[in-house]
Amino acid sequence: MGLDFSVVPPFAAALLTGALWTIAITASAAVLSFFGGILFAVIALYAPLFIKLPFRLFAWLFMGTPLLLQLFLIYFGLIQIGIDLPAFVAGVIGLGLHYTVYNSDIIQSGIRAVDTGQYEAARTLGLSRIQALRKIIVPQAVRSVIPPIGNNMIALLKDSALVSVIGVAELTLSSQMAISRTFRPFEFYVAAAACYYVINLGLEAGLRRIERRIQIAR
Amino acid sequence: MIRVFPFFLKAAWVTIQLSVLSCLLGLACGALGAAARLSRSSALRLAGATYVSVIRGTPALIQVFILYFGGPQVGIQLEAFEAGVLALGFNIGAYMTETMRGAIIAVDRGQTEAARTLGLSRFETFRSVTLPQALRLMVRPLGVNINALIKGTALVAAISVVELTYTAQRYIGSTYKPFEMFFLAGAIYMAIIYVTGLGVNWLDRRVALK
Amino acid sequence: MTDRPIIDIRNAAKSYGSLEVLKDISLQVKRGQIVAIIGPSGSGKSTLLRAINDLDPLTSGEVWLEDTQVNKKLPTRQYEAHINAVRQNIGMVFQHFNLFPHLNVRDNITLAPKMLKGLSKAEADQLAVEQLNKVGLLDRIDYYPSQLSGGQKQRVAIARALAMKPKVMLFDEATSALDPELVEEVNLVMKQLAEEHMTMIIVTHEMGFAQDVCDRVLFMDQGVVVEEGPPEVIFKAPANDRTKNFLRKHLKGQN
Repeated sequence: MGLDFSVVPPFAAALLTGALWTIAITASAAVLSFFGGILFAVIALYAPLFIKLPFRLFAWLFMGTPLLLQLFLIYFGLIQIGIDLPAFVAGVIGLGLHYTVYNSDIIQSGIRAVDTGQYEAARTLGLSRIQALRKIIVPQAVRSVIPPIGNNMIALLKDSALVSVIGVAELTLSSQMAISRTFRPFEFYVAAAACYYVINLGLEAGLRRIERRIQIAR
Repeated sequence: MIRVFPFFLKAAWVTIQLSVLSCLLGLACGALGAAARLSRSSALRLAGATYVSVIRGTPALIQVFILYFGGPQVGIQLEAFEAGVLALGFNIGAYMTETMRGAIIAVDRGQTEAARTLGLSRFETFRSVTLPQALRLMVRPLGVNINALIKGTALVAAISVVELTYTAQRYIGSTYKPFEMFFLAGAIYMAIIYVTGLGVNWLDRRVALK
Repeated sequence: MTDRPIIDIRNAAKSYGSLEVLKDISLQVKRGQIVAIIGPSGSGKSTLLRAINDLDPLTSGEVWLEDTQVNKKLPTRQYEAHINAVRQNIGMVFQHFNLFPHLNVRDNITLAPKMLKGLSKAEADQLAVEQLNKVGLLDRIDYYPSQLSGGQKQRVAIARALAMKPKVMLFDEATSALDPELVEEVNLVMKQLAEEHMTMIIVTHEMGFAQDVCDRVLFMDQGVVVEEGPPEVIFKAPANDRTKNFLRKHLKGQN
């Protein structure tokens, strides 16, 4: 059986819908992991020990285990204890939490790298610790770590393919549905790969624009 | 818990085999890729860049699927385990290409110039001056790649290779102890990663001494 | 003008372990007075300055701003509220400017007035315009710190401190990090403040500036005030040998 890419166009609309879901799930998880990462970083650095410890344990666990295993726990595991999440929600939570931990790591080092003079200057003006953290330290830390966080978001886009395994009808699962009707895996997976590649190019271009924009405010 | 333990151990062995074999393949691909990207031939440079860009621009899961499900259409018939090793190896190889290239570029240009003025050939310079220094620089970042690879082996569960995550999923979904099963599999992953980390540290110290 | 000091430091002492950096220092600064603190590096002059707004807390002794004790012993939460309120009255300018790089000049100046004094955006912007006008940088209002020269950064930092309408200004080697040709523009702004009778305490290496602008000069060495008096006396007829030695080294090449 040779290759015949003319089987793909009839499914273009289905693949496009899948691609939009991929973008939606990536964007949702990206937002969750960005703000989650800031929250986790602040807790890891400043919270009292009894709050810090469970967060550290969680971070350690999520960094040391595969994302797919975490998705299985959240989707199939939580049902066992009576929490039945829709696949999309489970996917966003799984991807989001996974990258929260990675982003938090980066943001923590960003916060540590902010010059102590910045904190002193803010306190000298009369800002409280929390105000200084919120208005001065965290915004600067986040700006300085945009490039590595951007890399995480690119990895997140590609990892979003994993949620097809728990039944989210994104790009990968859409191509699988087309395959089950045409028995043409090679053509459709290559088509899906091409879609990912294009989305990836768009994401990279977007990140470069953001990086350029914040360049002078650093 | 005790009942399932042997299954997890057997699965862990599969995960270890997957990791080791795809790591070796990845290192080979990385070395070839880096050589291509730094070569004087523009065709090779283009080939290297395309390899890196395509592999890093698409999900590893799709790459596994193309090889395993799409392979037969182009005459490549592979067992799930074999397809897993090949796809994971090619995938991590693209990341390792960039790691190795970065380390080689990071070696000070003055080093090359000094060696060339001594009369060493381009190849001699690379072998005896640039490479030893680059190896030192690449051990840790390659360790990061390998760490990601070990966790990445989980995705061949999607083509039914009975490794750790596949096994864990079966029990997460069927016993009423999802967290215990998760922690058991998680502990094994972390143990594997921990031991690998010790190996990387040892290697890092050894190359640093020279 | 009352005679009561605006800043009153009583028996200040500070040590890190067995290392004493400040030894029983007392200093009163009256409203409108301009005091220079000079001395070799490591003499404790910056530590003393930073004790005034409790950035470097004293080991013992008291610091008063008018009738409020700055370094009051309070439970953490109460202390926080207290010190934040006190610091709004004490402006500080740092050697390395410490402008907030993620905010433009306008927002650097308006951040604290908006957050702490409840100024509306319009009021705060008006304030920024006034303060920038004063330091001659109104045309830079929309710039980011990375787009300014060192001298301009320091002038903005002064404007930022002034926007809180402080009762006293502290300068911690404000011109030490500047290229020589940029020092004068900052000195001019400080001189202008002096003419407006702003109370200032200035830690500096610039003897010429201290001589021109200040009412009083303190010479510190090894954690004590060795000698103090009007600049004419300290610079022209110092009594102490350590002062003479220090000045001989530092006046060379100046003036």
